[in-house]
Amino acid sequence: MSLLETSAGLPVSDVDPFSHDVLEDPLPMHEQLREAGPVVHLSRYDVFALARYAEVHAALADWQQFQSAAGVGLSNFRTEKPWRPPSLLLEADPPRHDAPRRVLAKVLGPRALRHLHDRWVADAEQLVDEVLAAGPEFDVVPALAQVFPLRVFPDAVGIGQSGRENLLPYGDHAFNAFGPANDLVAKGEPRVAELSGWVGEQCRREALSDDGFGAAIWAMADRGEVTPEQAPLMVRSLLTAGVDTTVHGISAVLYGLATHPEAWARLREEPSLARVAFDEAVRWESPVQTFFRTTTTDVAIGGTVVPEGRKVLMFLSAANRDPRRWAEPDRFDLTRDPSGHVGFGMGLHQCVGQHVARLEAEAVLTALVRRVRSIELTGPVRRHHNNTLRALDSLPVRVVPA
Amino acid sequence: MLVAEQPSGAARRAVDRRLVRVVEKTPVADGVVTLTLAAADGGRLPDWAPGAHVDLTLANGLTRQYSLCGDRWDAHTYRVGVLLEPASRGGSAHVHRELEPGSLVGLGGPRNNFPLVPAESYLFVAGGIGITPLLPMIAQADLLGADWRLLYVGRRRSSMAFLDELSPYGDRVVVAPRDERGPVELAGFLGAPRPGTPVYACGPARLLAGLADVCAAWPARTLRTERFTAVDTGMPALATSFEVELRRTGRTVTVTPDVSVLEAVATAGVEVLSSCRQGTCGTCETTVLAGEPDHRDSLLDDDERAAGDCMYPCVSRSRGDRLVLDL
Repeated sequence: MSLLETSAGLPVSDVDPFSHDVLEDPLPMHEQLREAGPVVHLSRYDVFALARYAEVHAALADWQQFQSAAGVGLSNFRTEKPWRPPSLLLEADPPRHDAPRRVLAKVLGPRALRHLHDRWVADAEQLVDEVLAAGPEFDVVPALAQVFPLRVFPDAVGIGQSGRENLLPYGDHAFNAFGPANDLVAKGEPRVAELSGWVGEQCRREALSDDGFGAAIWAMADRGEVTPEQAPLMVRSLLTAGVDTTVHGISAVLYGLATHPEAWARLREEPSLARVAFDEAVRWESPVQTFFRTTTTDVAIGGTVVPEGRKVLMFLSAANRDPRRWAEPDRFDLTRDPSGHVGFGMGLHQCVGQHVARLEAEAVLTALVRRVRSIELTGPVRRHHNNTLRALDSLPVRVVPA
Repeated sequence: MLVAEQPSGAARRAVDRRLVRVVEKTPVADGVVTLTLAAADGGRLPDWAPGAHVDLTLANGLTRQYSLCGDRWDAHTYRVGVLLEPASRGGSAHVHRELEPGSLVGLGGPRNNFPLVPAESYLFVAGGIGITPLLPMIAQADLLGADWRLLYVGRRRSSMAFLDELSPYGDRVVVAPRDERGPVELAGFLGAPRPGTPVYACGPARLLAGLADVCAAWPARTLRTERFTAVDTGMPALATSFEVELRRTGRTVTVTPDVSVLEAVATAGVEVLSSCRQGTCGTCETTVLAGEPDHRDSLLDDDERAAGDCMYPCVSRSRGDRLVLDL
């Protein structure tokens, strides 16, 4: 990538953040963009990039000047047709965002999850026992990280058993679709109609169990808190954003732990650090790397004015490793307090499912540290490329049982 | 190179975020002033939606709830309207007599027990100072192109706040001062029951009771009301230090007025995972084993607060001089 500077002092880069080279290892680009300035113009897409913690945090919080309703991907919904009806959560601004957000925050809130805790811990223990029974060497991604969320989350939402294999490819495409129309998007397109149709079917009241998150959303529609038209799209949000992200989050924390023996040892001593470990992994790997916003007015950022109506690309991942905010940011470190990372976003669009994700990760980690003395990589990891997600396809490990 | 992860002064700011400064005090009707409030550190205030209220903790130790009636697109100020209650036990009298531009007050919330649900049409009924939560609702309904009408009753025109702000809405607003128009005919204003038209009302108990009678024939949950009752716990919010016992860790820390419980606990070596640090995301939820939290978050509703079994230590504090936490 080459960096230039305009006469106005705005750094310009021709890097393609969605190219395979960058997706394989985005860290050097993150550093270059971060060090180039508080805002960098990406000439290839004619968008403005933020890669420093302070600017990313501020843009995330400032829904007034950085709107989401024009899409949180590269596509500008003011001028381009979205590939699916926009999300009522992610791709909405106040006031339309208010009611769906309020209802989902209640349905997925920490207090609403208490009844799931014991069941998910038991499910995780059972899964870890199954995995370990098959031998001390296994691939974390297909054996654990993909299995656990797919075992517990669709049940918690309340969808039927058949077709669950559609969830990962649907989510993968949805997250690719925030990027440019590159080969990753093209790869998913042949199945878009089929997968969208299946997901839409699962969101109907009749398709949902009577005790899950889906039913809770529909009950809120019955009470008039949201409309019957909004309810299925809110269920869709759970199915889109709640699976791939947690799969990659769980992979990320186990990647961190498998490559940092001192962190594993510390977690074994103090299993109550499971949530801290997970959030540290969300900071360190940032399973959701980027989101866009659109300016609603001319916005001054670090001596530059980003004009109204322009796309701003926020690198959550780069912010989460900004040395201006984090000591030794590249270190996965359980002695660190990862609080305040922007891996779940910040402000009124902050991940509404974050407590669900933490509970899933806590269940898996708690089950593992009780049964495993040490964990190490047995080969190179293999990355899975996605325009928005930082993901692993393969994380081969060997464990020593406790 | 060593970089402190907590920028210096962070402790100061965490508490400053829960303090607001009066930047303007304006009489808007007989016995009614509006206060414009800004964060003591000049930063963004927590987000809110129509129907939300804040808890203001006054210098005399009283905590009072006031609806936000400003513009949510202005991230840096809140506006509240305060009626001088003749029977004031010190809340509104303090606001009217003591608070001046520059005064600092403690902030809790915002919380929203009175949210505006999505609908294509609304009926609003305000009695006196009950207009405050409805003002931003009306602005929002209008922005969204909903069909709406407001009935605004009061003793006399000069006692009714915000008439100037309502006048652009024309005949959507029925202003009914009792001294000009006599007692109001609620059934006439509401008309025939209409499914899908919520009725939002705020005002004196008698007005709300009258509405409940009329709306009894309407579909369930049509009438949505808010009535403030002064929270009187018998214990003013502490502006002094208190102790927090960390039961599992076996340590006790003193929380001085300039730090949050979260920060005080961290100095004892107990890291509680947090995220927003403004009482909105719920990440730092902590189980309370004993003591009475002074809840300042935006998450717990009244019943959950009354249960007293958990708190959000990024913003919430203690009503007594000791809290015991499951940490």
